[in-house]
Amino acid sequence: MTRQERIAALKAAAKERILILDGSWGVMIQRRGLDEADYRGDRFTEAKYPGQMKGNNDILCITRPDIVTDLHNAYFAAGADISETNTFSATIIAQDDYKLDAESVRDINLKGARLGREAADAWTAKEPQKPRFLAGSIGPLNKMLSMSSDVNDPGARSVTFDEVYEAYRQQIQALNEGGVDLYLIETITDTLNCKAAIKAIMDLEAEGMEKLPIWISGTITDRSGRTLSGQTVEAFWNSVRHARPFAIGFNCALGADLMRPHIAALSRVADTLVAAYPNAGLPNEMGQYDEQPEQTSGAVGGWAQDGLVNILGGCCGTTPEHIAAIAKAVEGVKPRDPAPEKHTMRLAGLEPFEVAS
Amino acid sequence: MTASASQSFVNVGERTNVTGSAVFRRMITEGRYADAVEVARQQVENGAQVIDVNMDEGMLDGAEAMRTFLNLIAAEPDIARVPVMIDSSKWEVIEAGLKCVQGKCIVNSISMKEGEDIFREQAAKCLSYGAAVVVMAFDEVGQADTKDRKVEICQRAFRILTEDVGFPAEDIIFDPNIFAVATGIEEHNNYAVDFIEAARVIRDTCPGCHISGGLSNVSFSFRGNEPVRRAMHSVFLYHAIPAGMDMGIVNAGQLDIYDDIPAELRERVEDVILNRRADATERLVEIAEGLKGQKGKTAVKDLSWREAPVEKRLEHALVHGITEFIDQDTEEARLKAERPLHVIEGPLMDGMNVVGDLFGAGKMFLPQVVKSARVMKQAVAWLEPYMEEEKQRLGTVDVSNGKVLMATVKGDVHDIGKNIVGVVLACNGYEILDLGVMVPAETILDTAEKENVDVIGLSGLITPSLDEMVYVAAEMQRRGMVQPLLIGGATTSPAHTAVKIDPVIKSAPVVHVTDASRAVGVVSALLSAGEKQGLVEQTRARYERMRESRQGGPPKPRLPIDLAREKALQPDWSAYDRPAPTYSGVRTFEDIDLATLARYIDWTPYFSAWDLAGRYPAILEDDIVGEAATSLWNDTQAMMQQLVGEGWLKPKAVVGFWKANRDGDDIRLETGDVFHTLRQQMEKDNTRPNFAMSDFVAPEGEDWIGGFCVTAGSEVDAIASEFAKKGDDYSSIMVKALADRFAEAMAEYMHEQVRRDLWAYAPDETLSTTDIIAEKYRGIRPAPGYPSQPDHTEKETLFRLLDPENRIGVSLTSSFAMTPAASVSGLYFAHPEAVYFAVGRIEKDQVEDYARRKGWDLRTAERWLAPILNYDPFAA
Repeated sequence: MTRQERIAALKAAAKERILILDGSWGVMIQRRGLDEADYRGDRFTEAKYPGQMKGNNDILCITRPDIVTDLHNAYFAAGADISETNTFSATIIAQDDYKLDAESVRDINLKGARLGREAADAWTAKEPQKPRFLAGSIGPLNKMLSMSSDVNDPGARSVTFDEVYEAYRQQIQALNEGGVDLYLIETITDTLNCKAAIKAIMDLEAEGMEKLPIWISGTITDRSGRTLSGQTVEAFWNSVRHARPFAIGFNCALGADLMRPHIAALSRVADTLVAAYPNAGLPNEMGQYDEQPEQTSGAVGGWAQDGLVNILGGCCGTTPEHIAAIAKAVEGVKPRDPAPEKHTMRLAGLEPFEVAS
Repeated sequence: MTASASQSFVNVGERTNVTGSAVFRRMITEGRYADAVEVARQQVENGAQVIDVNMDEGMLDGAEAMRTFLNLIAAEPDIARVPVMIDSSKWEVIEAGLKCVQGKCIVNSISMKEGEDIFREQAAKCLSYGAAVVVMAFDEVGQADTKDRKVEICQRAFRILTEDVGFPAEDIIFDPNIFAVATGIEEHNNYAVDFIEAARVIRDTCPGCHISGGLSNVSFSFRGNEPVRRAMHSVFLYHAIPAGMDMGIVNAGQLDIYDDIPAELRERVEDVILNRRADATERLVEIAEGLKGQKGKTAVKDLSWREAPVEKRLEHALVHGITEFIDQDTEEARLKAERPLHVIEGPLMDGMNVVGDLFGAGKMFLPQVVKSARVMKQAVAWLEPYMEEEKQRLGTVDVSNGKVLMATVKGDVHDIGKNIVGVVLACNGYEILDLGVMVPAETILDTAEKENVDVIGLSGLITPSLDEMVYVAAEMQRRGMVQPLLIGGATTSPAHTAVKIDPVIKSAPVVHVTDASRAVGVVSALLSAGEKQGLVEQTRARYERMRESRQGGPPKPRLPIDLAREKALQPDWSAYDRPAPTYSGVRTFEDIDLATLARYIDWTPYFSAWDLAGRYPAILEDDIVGEAATSLWNDTQAMMQQLVGEGWLKPKAVVGFWKANRDGDDIRLETGDVFHTLRQQMEKDNTRPNFAMSDFVAPEGEDWIGGFCVTAGSEVDAIASEFAKKGDDYSSIMVKALADRFAEAMAEYMHEQVRRDLWAYAPDETLSTTDIIAEKYRGIRPAPGYPSQPDHTEKETLFRLLDPENRIGVSLTSSFAMTPAASVSGLYFAHPEAVYFAVGRIEKDQVEDYARRKGWDLRTAERWLAPILNYDPFAA
């Protein structure tokens, strides 16, 4: 299949059933007990890249491609329709923590996309009735454009829009080149960072890059129902609607029980697909996630029954077992109907403001 | 009165603008950003819904100042709450701003000043940053001053934006330039009229767009004369808003309440704004000098209102947003009243009603209303300790039989039935918490929880409200709420409640209530420990049976849509002389004599609005309800005399005609708009056609279609609430029910005008009222949402063509209900064989085809056509 055929297949599948995204990568990589040498491989010598490399999971795309391929396979085998590239932090800004150069960052994205592409294609060849798709993971940055970086100076910022734009632009270009089927801008803590990524995509497409669907996934950080940068659910939606996303949703920070009202609120207003991939509950005092697969699948299965979602998956703490349980729970359940399109001017600050035409 | 009560005019705060405020400019040039942030905060507190930020000052690095200020206010949740308008004439300043805003903001402004290419490029950038835009009426030649230039430039910009750039129409705001009038230069005299007229045409021809303007320009020649400037601003808005101006850069403090402007000043200002006489400027200047000494209202401090009795003082304070004396006045009222609560229910609510009426009539604006609400809050806060103390002292003083929350659901404005039920329950000792119309589910349920109500009652009249009720029920289930849920309103039914609502809620019982008289029985049973269980079980069982019997029955046989189309009505078009109307396009009709209209009233539905069944006039003699009907009739006639005599209603209409042809089951207009129609798919014997409305229009050659919207006017709401305020709910409901009848009568009357004079295909028609009610005339006027076209969304096309919103003040809610509620709209067909029919249930093949024609996906089509589907769209 060509990429445009895959995209058409993805859109067709989304009309028929609830699509399944993969689960956590962090917890699965942790289980491997890798050491500093695994992360560094031959290429990233201590002489050239001083400091610690352990923990830089994205670099495994280059240094331990076998593990990355294994995990794609594990999730596809569990029933995921979509798996994400292992590129959550593969931007020049986030990789600055490990002092990685721009070329290495580009290579992570390219390699990550190619590994995922191969795995997805192999599964599609094996099970043509259920094509598998690859989402290019575009994660948040450790630097935010809407939040002050200095408690004594509310106007201070540690990064500029242009820097964020450039970092995302490079990642997006490499992911596209590496063969992803769609972009997944995820775990968005600051809508302005996300808007920089959206602009990068729109600009690249205007310059001639192949157009791919965009999936935007924000993060509601606590019970207040707001993003870390302070927006309500509807304000967040109004602020990213111009991307005409393939899907909009939330992930991370909350378990399924606490995420539900926010997904329901989004489901009411979004004239596109709604996606959700919560954590496996909240972490215990040891920082581990205890929620069992059937607990997660029970909760999100209820959302599916209530017609709130189109795509489900797992974030922190979820495993292939969780994904298999979710896939089973929503089998045969009708996907949600997108909300009807509404032609009103929908502005937003931290709160939404709608002006009827 | 909350902010969401009216977003028909968006108030953009102008104080954080260095070109408009010398104080703010000084703060910025001196680097006093903390003070500048306080200005922004004050604006939002004063009701600005959007804040305009402008840093265009020669001595400043505009981009840097914009960035600094926006980053600072982003850290203030009280300010960052509202959207920002990034205002600059320099693109680099705008772009610097766009890089700082996480929300969806407005760019003010871009234009074709430097040609189309740069305009296109900047618009595309705004789109990729995710911003709405203000487009100035400015092109290569210059700034548009006349109506024609304003219109022409905006139309060109609209085409480029929507067609070339792909900009959503709803995110385009035109600023057709407000210029100063009364400058002494004759060419300037018509500037305000030019703006107002241009606004009307632009809204007409650029569907979806918005109109904005900088208000203070208009009064520029009266700099330093605050009373005159304020009056000019108010008068300008009073005329520009109905023409379609829905946004403005406004200093809330620089506005007067229209009715408060002294008559002489108002008249002379109006002469200037509307360019009504050659010496208008001189006449305004003449009296302006005398007013000049008063430097703004606060400076003058006319305290004569302090002489009035305390009730009037409270009203004055509420209307004018004055908190200065509110504590002492509230205290005085409290000492006079029997209970502290009576102060709230009496003078304070009265004052708020005045505010509501003035606001509803477009004579007060949102920021002023926000101020009024603040006064109200302060007064209530003063009383609270006393009410608390009274509660402590008397123990429980709650004599209510129970608390019932009532609301018309989101998207719906109809409330007569709900109000009747409310009154009936109140008479039976229940405390009614009426949340009004268009109430979102969250508000209903949050209030129910907070107020700890015993029963929740939902009402709605139009079909989309049914979905909303299902949602409310599902949300109750999710929240685990246990209060019984009552469902009522014209489109609701036991069947819908059984099949759609009851299954989504297990936490609480649901009961459909057919009319007000039953509501008392149901509520009292639900609140009685002894009867509740029986009623709940009975109802559950009944709904269960209804569900089963519905599922059991096979769907009725339907014709495939192709076959149904073959059986379309096929008039002999060659034998039909297609009449041309006397005009093409849209016209507005006002000043229609109420006494004339009264003759067109069909009274039967009026009685059923009061839950009295039977045909008029026989109902007056009816064995069972005759006495009640006669008594109602007498009271109604008394009110009719007053209503007609004093001109309580101001009915208006718009009627349009367009060339049109049938295209399959669609009707294609010369304007490019398309009305989509649905075809009957029931099996019939061969002599009877399967109708679609498109059958009534010729497929080729010249033929015509008409469209209309009529309203009894929004005045009735003020009158009804006047009655309600006096505790006279009977008259309040009566006047609303009469307004509905007048709207229908108006539709009949206009249809007759159309047949005889406007389309004039039956110039000699003479029919009696009875014949008219029996529809013994040629041609029909079917309405979207009714059996011949069950799809409510077709109103959107009709409203785009007719623009009733700006012409006669009728608009559509999110669920396509018309507001004011006493309004009727529909299409006109002239063909002699045109008849009313019911589309009935339709099959999936037609739904799929309809979806394609409407540009919908199947799901959307199934959602809107849910009541007439002949299949279960959710079946696997």
